[in-house]
Amino acid sequence: MKEIMQGNAAIARGAWEAGVKVAAAYPGTPSSEILKDVADNYPEIYAEWSPNEMVAVQVAAGAALAGARAMASMKHVGMNVAADALMTLAYTGIKGGLMIVIADDPNVHSSQNEQDSRNWARFAKVPMLEPGDAQECYEFTKAAFDISEKFDTPVLLRTVTRIAHADSLVQTGKRVESKMPLGLDPKEATKYVMVPAFVRPRRKAVEERMRKLEAFADKTKINKMEINSKTYGVITSGSAYMYAKEVFPEYSFLKLGMVWPLPKKMIDTFFKEVKKVYIIEELDPFFETEIRAMGYKVFHGKDIIPNMYELSPEIVEAAIKGKTYKAPKVRVKPEDLPRRPPNLCAGCSHRPLFYALKKAGAFVFGDIGCYTLAVAPPISALHTTICMGAGGGMAHGASKAMGKEALGKTVAVLGDSTFLHSGILPLMNAAYNKGNTTTIVLDNRITGMTGHQEHAGTGFTVRGEVANQVDYREIGKAIGVKEANIRYVDPYNIKETMEIVKEEMNKDEASLILCKDSPCMLLRRAKPLERFKSPLYAINMDKCRGCKMCLEINCPAISWKEGAGQTVDGQKRKGTVYINPDQCVGCEVCVQVCKFDAIEPAKK
Amino acid sequence: MKKNEKTTNIFLSGVGGQGAILASNILGEVFIRAGYDVKKAEVHGMAQRGGDVTTHFRYGTKVYSPIIKYGDVDFLLSFELLEALRYINWVKPDGKIIINTQEILPPAVSLGQMEYPQGVPETFKKYFKDNVHVVDGLGIAKSLGNLQAQNVVLVGAFSNFFPKIKESFFVDAIKKLLAPKLHDLNVKAFEAGKKAL
Repeated sequence: MKEIMQGNAAIARGAWEAGVKVAAAYPGTPSSEILKDVADNYPEIYAEWSPNEMVAVQVAAGAALAGARAMASMKHVGMNVAADALMTLAYTGIKGGLMIVIADDPNVHSSQNEQDSRNWARFAKVPMLEPGDAQECYEFTKAAFDISEKFDTPVLLRTVTRIAHADSLVQTGKRVESKMPLGLDPKEATKYVMVPAFVRPRRKAVEERMRKLEAFADKTKINKMEINSKTYGVITSGSAYMYAKEVFPEYSFLKLGMVWPLPKKMIDTFFKEVKKVYIIEELDPFFETEIRAMGYKVFHGKDIIPNMYELSPEIVEAAIKGKTYKAPKVRVKPEDLPRRPPNLCAGCSHRPLFYALKKAGAFVFGDIGCYTLAVAPPISALHTTICMGAGGGMAHGASKAMGKEALGKTVAVLGDSTFLHSGILPLMNAAYNKGNTTTIVLDNRITGMTGHQEHAGTGFTVRGEVANQVDYREIGKAIGVKEANIRYVDPYNIKETMEIVKEEMNKDEASLILCKDSPCMLLRRAKPLERFKSPLYAINMDKCRGCKMCLEINCPAISWKEGAGQTVDGQKRKGTVYINPDQCVGCEVCVQVCKFDAIEPAKK
Repeated sequence: MKKNEKTTNIFLSGVGGQGAILASNILGEVFIRAGYDVKKAEVHGMAQRGGDVTTHFRYGTKVYSPIIKYGDVDFLLSFELLEALRYINWVKPDGKIIINTQEILPPAVSLGQMEYPQGVPETFKKYFKDNVHVVDGLGIAKSLGNLQAQNVVLVGAFSNFFPKIKESFFVDAIKKLLAPKLHDLNVKAFEAGKKAL
């Protein structure tokens, strides 16, 4: 029987069957499940969470050089971090098959930008495959390793959210061990030492390889031509194929499974077979630009298909039908309904921390993680989010530009996993270049936003083995932050946190503030609730004046109840608040915010 | 594989933590057992943080798109009133709907800035008449002694729309996807849900 599998799980399965020995990754939506699935299900594969995507690619490349089949997986923005390695690995080539999975996020479901990773293939001059469902995730992964070894090149596998996170049926097989012997050959410097004299011949080898890959693209079954109509045809790939096939099954299709290099002969045949050719692709006009440059007359492409957000069956249908498309009847306007944005969890330590930063009047250079949610009103205490580790560097730059004006007014805040990924160097830079930034590292004790993956600060490997745990204080000392400027705060104590943050912001030297004893609320292992004195708090109606101060912390457990009333000492109120006992965990943040001592311990 | 059956579209909507994803996983196992091609797509990542959760679930002889075309939903299974209303435009005029009566306040309502929509089942009935079914999933789960079983109660109610699918497929799926100590409770939850319609 076929199994139902998520696209990511199908990639893990394909890698295992292909004989992969080493897999490395840094978590990122929608790619995170690949490495986790490998670690949970395939003991033959060494699996690790690397500190960032660059290291993950380096690890996989080293394994490949030693003759093993290896892979690294990441989200689209992770490839930006790993790009330096990829661009030169494209020259050296590999030994054992090397696959890099890049998961794009059209429509930015959970990302800081929208990138079309097909551009990496053209830029780095390496082949790229793009599956359209879980079965293809599995098949293309296996094919990627064969192509990699046959053509001596890293191979990219691109997915998008709707492929990575969609489940469909997969017919699986058995693992086949790679026949390549393991070992390192010291006599191959001309291939693996990329100094200019050795680069130039490799540069030529890259072009020769691309020509061979072009010929392969025309022959491989990964690219499929379906001639149904002689009038209308579609050149497409991956998810876009699925949407187009859904709404126009009667059209002809050239479905590109290998999206780079392009199969020139197949494209030529398709244009000869079909009169009017649409090019339907998600995000950039990648095929379209190339195909138009080859001299073909494209019937329609990005003139009607959006070049941003994700496609869907109705977007493709509406684009092609134009005025004849009938949109379904609107019964209720969704924009009139209250939205349900994600929020920091009840009890999350980031809530009091960002509340304290707001009260301290800080401009907060943020980073990538759950804490970006602090941008939402009424907390509204996060002012930039660019990329992993950006906050520290930007805070330093702003302070150098503004001089003493900035002193006491800015902080950089980032999670522990983000700090280890990209936050150490900006801090070292501030300490070295006589900066005065204050960097606050949150105590998640896990990679939070992406769904709880281990990192070098958690003390566990991906398979749960006990491992070294980074000492953040020692890192700070070693990279030049003075001991007196390395402070601990308990974020649940708002007043004390505010005071320490203010002190450090006002120092004309680099500071490092470490949050203590405040792990992710959802991380059961760390027992985050144990520190709370009472498991639940409730409103004392005799005291509540309905001032709404406690609503300022945006706790999901606290809501406003309209209704006139008064306190026991006769103060009139228009309403009061309610603490939902199913959600309150007793973090006491609202207790500290209430000016009338109206929030008291209660029993669950 | 079942031959020449056109694709049927099921849309599940709810709030993170309600168990909508497990419910869609159960449906996956059920329709595979019934011999169909199945595709389902969900967006998660931030759902644990109280955001809305939706799953597009499709079955038929051969399914292409993992997501349903807007306006083409045959069955809406909603875990929460507001999250039902948010997707009312997605349902076909002759679509069938199960609405769970649970209300989970979104931030704008908690902060007193917006009203929680009233009369959600009535709004649905205006358009879909007798095809709207309201279930108190939480109440039924509570009577079984475990609020967490609400999702399986709703799957039970939903199973009434598919009289040709064997009940044993649902029970097998529940047993496959849940830990053995939860089997009894959830099989009871399924049966209680089935009777609720």
